[in-house]
Amino acid sequence: MNASENGSHVSFLEHKGKYKGILSWLLTTDHKKIALLYLYSIMIFFFVGVILGLLMRIELFKPGETIMDAQTYNGMFTIHGIIMIFIIVIPALPAIFGNFFLPIMIGAKDVAFPKLNLFSWYLFIIGAIFGVLSQFIGEGSPDTGWTFYVPYSAESSTNVIYALVAAFILGFSSILTGLNFIVTMHRMRAPGMGWFRMPLFPWSLYATGWIQVLATPIVGITLLMVIAERVLKIGFFDPALGGDPVLFQHLFWIYSHPAVYIMILPGMGIVTEIFPTFSQKPVFGYTAILFSSLAIAFVGYFVWGHHMFTAGISYGSRWFFSFLTFIVAVPSAIKVFNWISTMYGGSIDLKPPLLYAIFFIFLFMIGGFTGLTLGSVATDVQAHDTAFVVAHFHYIIFGGMGFAFFAGLHYWFPKIFGKMYNNTLAYAGSIVIFIGFNLLYFPQFIIGLQGMPRRYFDYLPQFQTGHQLSTIGGFILFIGLIIMVYNLVYHAKKGAPAPSNPWKGVTLEWQIPSPPSHENFEEIPQIKNHPYFFGESTGNK
Amino acid sequence: MKVPVTNSKNMSVQAIHNERIDSETGKLGMWIFLFTELFLFGGLFLVYAVFRAKYSADFHHAAEELNTFIGTLNTVFLLVSSMTVAMSITAIQKDDKKLALFLVGLTVLLAGLFMMNKYFEWSHKFEFKIYPGSEVLKNLPQGELLFFGLYYMMTGLHALHVLIGMILLLINIVKIKNGTVSSNHYLHLENSGLYWHLVDLIWIFLFPLLYLIT
Amino acid sequence: MKNEGSHISSYTSHAVVLIALLALTAISVAATEWHFGAFTVGVALLIASIKVATVIINFMHVKHESLFIKAMVSGVFVLFAAVIVITFIDYYLR
Repeated sequence: MNASENGSHVSFLEHKGKYKGILSWLLTTDHKKIALLYLYSIMIFFFVGVILGLLMRIELFKPGETIMDAQTYNGMFTIHGIIMIFIIVIPALPAIFGNFFLPIMIGAKDVAFPKLNLFSWYLFIIGAIFGVLSQFIGEGSPDTGWTFYVPYSAESSTNVIYALVAAFILGFSSILTGLNFIVTMHRMRAPGMGWFRMPLFPWSLYATGWIQVLATPIVGITLLMVIAERVLKIGFFDPALGGDPVLFQHLFWIYSHPAVYIMILPGMGIVTEIFPTFSQKPVFGYTAILFSSLAIAFVGYFVWGHHMFTAGISYGSRWFFSFLTFIVAVPSAIKVFNWISTMYGGSIDLKPPLLYAIFFIFLFMIGGFTGLTLGSVATDVQAHDTAFVVAHFHYIIFGGMGFAFFAGLHYWFPKIFGKMYNNTLAYAGSIVIFIGFNLLYFPQFIIGLQGMPRRYFDYLPQFQTGHQLSTIGGFILFIGLIIMVYNLVYHAKKGAPAPSNPWKGVTLEWQIPSPPSHENFEEIPQIKNHPYFFGESTGNK
Repeated sequence: MKVPVTNSKNMSVQAIHNERIDSETGKLGMWIFLFTELFLFGGLFLVYAVFRAKYSADFHHAAEELNTFIGTLNTVFLLVSSMTVAMSITAIQKDDKKLALFLVGLTVLLAGLFMMNKYFEWSHKFEFKIYPGSEVLKNLPQGELLFFGLYYMMTGLHALHVLIGMILLLINIVKIKNGTVSSNHYLHLENSGLYWHLVDLIWIFLFPLLYLIT
Repeated sequence: MKNEGSHISSYTSHAVVLIALLALTAISVAATEWHFGAFTVGVALLIASIKVATVIINFMHVKHESLFIKAMVSGVFVLFAAVIVITFIDYYLR
């Protein structure tokens, strides 16, 4: 099964195709190169988003104006949110790891529509450029928050339209990626790989793909409606013309809630691959995890109103959305149980990917529990629009998806680049990141419940200690990120050569050389076992 | 170059980048794209539903400004064009190139008539200063203002899709002529046909909701 | 690659479908003369839904497509209807 490692295979990075030099990247249709195009662009924007976050934390170190005025602060949290949500967290895991590994893990040579795949990246870049332009052109960077609530987004004199167009184009990129992946899984699985022999990371991308395809268009049309409101005074959301601002919130969250499942499902998929490999035993409850992913995607459609409990929606609505919010937590809890049970009794190898995955469980659970506080209407009234919400979503998105992203980076790095990174630096980076992360966000739960509002540039002196701890945490986190990125970037070039299977994994990507060749497989594999088959002695199916 | 592998259960088909995309794969891709279009328009239908419920009398009154005859005529144009494009696929399957070209051309012609009607409808309204943001609209009852906002946005977005559909069909005419689309490989025509039917479907919902609530 | 085993619909069947659609259109226009009160929207949507289903099943060939496509097409409409209903839990009960 292993291709020979004596250098007779040509890595995809060295493959000589139709184009040379930079064009071999900009005009590639190789899913692996497209994945790297996304990786590099996303890492750059991630650091821009991180710097914006740090600037906000410096501002909040003391009450009153510290390094920027209130208007600038409003612009900061807006673009920080737009970058992090639309340019980083929604696209990253599908576009980077999905693109690279989905075809390989199902035994295919590429995705169903390779040219469409490249087009998705160009849409991503164009959307990101519009986001950047919104900061520098014309009337000033948008100050509406990434949520673009009306009436302010219809009235603000800043460059809201550029930001709306950016989000629209980025949404299109997301839709096309989801479409590509769904069709790929339907049509291109290797012989012998029935649906229930497909590994769980691809399954998570399948569930994610349906959300991308069915939810994103609604925010697309909603953003167009806001543009129509600004330019044509169309009136849908303007009470003076008979419209309803809360209708915007409904439309916006009908997408943006399922969007958080676009963010987290692939992350869950990644850690679901890591736990079996570093426990050297099959994943516990393959079927349960599979159906939980689909259940999260489906039920996640019907909970959007929990962002609107204080907006003036009906009592019946609040009851309905709160009830379903509690239901949607159940499949996630099932997964946590299954991940831990996967490790139980296994031969644990605590390499950096597993450490990140364990951190993921811890942080994701804190995020999840605090979500229940917000999902219950009575407690939400206290916590809504406070720093508590900010802490909650950073635990879930950054602690959850972000740490899953780092876990995936450390897991698949040897396969992608053919090099090994330094484990000591990886551990150091992960621990510094973990400490910094908790110091940054945990105090925000506390001051939030004490009354510190979110998106506020100024605050009462009683919140200062919490803010100062948080800011210090932010800098520690930043140092950890630098260590992690330095380790990976340096060793991508200078690291020791990686074997095809450094972690003794059993899914298809570990059966091919590191890095893979242009067409992934010398011969299309014939699948004979379930995906987490570690040999007869480990029992289980 | 490896030969693509198909197994009898059609569970997996290996396609290589520079091979043609096989028809089932391409069709599935287009269906999923159509779902996204349904949800794109769906957002507007949701807004319509909310405001129709709130301002039913105003909507009823405003709809009387619309010309039911033209709306019905446009509906007929699109329904017939759906038939002609469906027939063109039968024609290409039967290797009747001439008939296929004629039917696709007829579809484009009917689409053009639809657009012409739309142009007359809209310019007639503009003459009476009925458009979003106008003084006339501001003086109308709120429900009527919203009705016209929805009318323009929904028919406008729909018209854009009619244009895109026309372009797709014109490309098919070129491809049928030069043999790229043939009885052996007509995915492009089939997918363009599906897209065209979607354009028709949306109009089938728009027509009664905008024109027939009098 | 050949469109293997694709069902070829006859010209006649397409023409019959068109006639049905035109008849339904005539009915929906005529129906504006009759008074259904609160059900006017319902009647209009019902006739439109029958037309849409006819186009999907026949012109768009879903009758001859895989179970998966049939399920997804139905599912998409059901999902959209659910979203509208849930939104109205707010609007009707405010």
